[in-house]
Amino acid sequence: MSAYIPILLFILVAVSFPIITILIAKLVQAGRHDPVKAEPYECGIKPTSEAHDTRFSVRYYLIAVLFVVFDVETVFLYPWAVMFRKLALFGFIEMFVFLAILVVGYVYAWRRGALSWV
Amino acid sequence: MWAELAVTTAKVVVVALAMVTTVPIMVWVERRGAAFIQDRLGPNRVGPLGLFQPVIDVVKLIFKEDVTPAAANKGLYYLAPLISLGVAMVTFIVIPFGAGHDVSLFGVPLRGLIVAPDLNVGVLYLLAIGSLSVYGIVLAGWSSNNKYSLLGGLRSSAQLISYELAMTLAVLGVLMATGSLHLSDVVARQSGAVWHWNAVTQVIGFAVFLVAAFAETNRLPFDLAEAETELVAGYHVEYSSMKFACFFMAEYLNMATASALTVTLFFGGGTLPGVTLTGWLGLFVSTAVFVAKMCFFLWLFVWVRWSLPRFRYDQLMQLGWKGLLPLATLNLVWVGIAMTMGWLR
Amino acid sequence: MELVVFYVAAAVAVVSALVAVSHRSPVVNVLSLVVTFFCVAVNYALLGASFLAAAQILVYAGAIMVLFLFVVMLLNAPSEQPTPEPRPVQRVAGLALAAITGAGALFLLLAVRVTPGVAPIDGNAVALGRLLVGPYLFAFELISVLLLAALVGALVLVKRKH
Repeated sequence: MSAYIPILLFILVAVSFPIITILIAKLVQAGRHDPVKAEPYECGIKPTSEAHDTRFSVRYYLIAVLFVVFDVETVFLYPWAVMFRKLALFGFIEMFVFLAILVVGYVYAWRRGALSWV
Repeated sequence: MWAELAVTTAKVVVVALAMVTTVPIMVWVERRGAAFIQDRLGPNRVGPLGLFQPVIDVVKLIFKEDVTPAAANKGLYYLAPLISLGVAMVTFIVIPFGAGHDVSLFGVPLRGLIVAPDLNVGVLYLLAIGSLSVYGIVLAGWSSNNKYSLLGGLRSSAQLISYELAMTLAVLGVLMATGSLHLSDVVARQSGAVWHWNAVTQVIGFAVFLVAAFAETNRLPFDLAEAETELVAGYHVEYSSMKFACFFMAEYLNMATASALTVTLFFGGGTLPGVTLTGWLGLFVSTAVFVAKMCFFLWLFVWVRWSLPRFRYDQLMQLGWKGLLPLATLNLVWVGIAMTMGWLR
Repeated sequence: MELVVFYVAAAVAVVSALVAVSHRSPVVNVLSLVVTFFCVAVNYALLGASFLAAAQILVYAGAIMVLFLFVVMLLNAPSEQPTPEPRPVQRVAGLALAAITGAGALFLLLAVRVTPGVAPIDGNAVALGRLLVGPYLFAFELISVLLLAALVGALVLVKRKH
């Protein structure tokens, strides 16, 4: 538990600092509200459509899925990496198998063109 | 108990103050550095060499009118800058700024200038908290209800997660060689000689990490999130006054974290080859060495920003997935082979 | 101190989980789920499993929820409007199921005696690594196959032949 006290203290600092600065700014700044000012900024031209109606490429979704898969992989690599010194050759072969299976997936993704944006 | 708390608080205060002063200094360095590289004068009116320019900037930002767009999702719009800056600040606490394992304060062993020395997940904590910074950007982009910010936020989050993988794999190479998640152990292992530095033994890993660090901090040549020629200012178009300043500070703090992490992981932290000092002198010298090394990388960020053009988005994704990821894996294989064969100690 | 942190984290986790299923805006749902995961990670850390806590934040909050957020934004999911319940039987069945699960959890809580004073679990990565490459080796390698299947599945779904 004592390991986390510094984190707790620091989180308090990190949360209060931005809030306090924004509040101070709120107290002293000028505010002349105007509906025109509050329009979405689009180079001075009145927006013709809602921002949230914009459509996105499905590739963003694909990138996120690939990221989840490889991120889970790296999480499993951590315990192995810190143990590596003690495992030596056995650990190396073991992780080679683990990685090789995923490299197959990586090559498949590459060949299907999932890794290229255009 | 109370003495320990006092020491911890002292460390928190020192690190927090260092953070708060880093930002204005970096802003000054960036503007003067840009001017130097582009052969012009830069800010030179306020104070000697324009040193007080950042102070005036802060005053200006505080007094600026804070415009909230009518179409924005108010709650999330206010939350996004807090997440960005908060996350940028919290990542700092596992970085060992200085040695000093034989120094005690009020009878409490200091265990180095590091806020949380007992945290046994060390670098993993940093990467885990750092992975939350995506939310600040993506929420800022979404809640502003503006096409530019939405595109900027989405682009940036895809970029962040892509390069996070390469960065993690590069860090794993260092962890393999260290056998511990503690950053102090990473530093201790690299002490003694320059060829013990991971930057020498794992050149590929270091190169991948550095490139990924530029992408993770949204700095040029990877600042696609802002890309002012196409997206005006990206995810923070609609932000003004202190809320904008929060994003601004977060960017510079992320740069500082990235530099500090590079120094810790690859350049021996606060150690100086051939020099062993103990006691308070050791603490001060190692902190100074750490800061000096860190300054080099902070300058590198500025240097690169004003020297290289911006990547195109498809090139950026290509580099991350087809370039850095295989290279980082190659580095892991190299470290594995080298350690099994006994080439690395 | 630990108890206070535990209760605060647990309470926030429960409240944010409730918000995650009940709020009308999909983005808020996703975010409150992130908060839930974070609070669960805090409780893991309190139990001494700090590696698990970090992994929880890294994978769930940092990766999976980003995917969710992308999906919500991509589909441009609108805020749900209150509509008349199309199948009222679902609500009853759902409540019944929740009651049964709750009762089961309560039963477990009361029936199973947790012996206090268990040696603190060494939740660090080294201990976990020893287990992963030792007794759980086969499961560990199977995870790789599972991830491969997930990868191929995602690619087949997203990138049909054009």
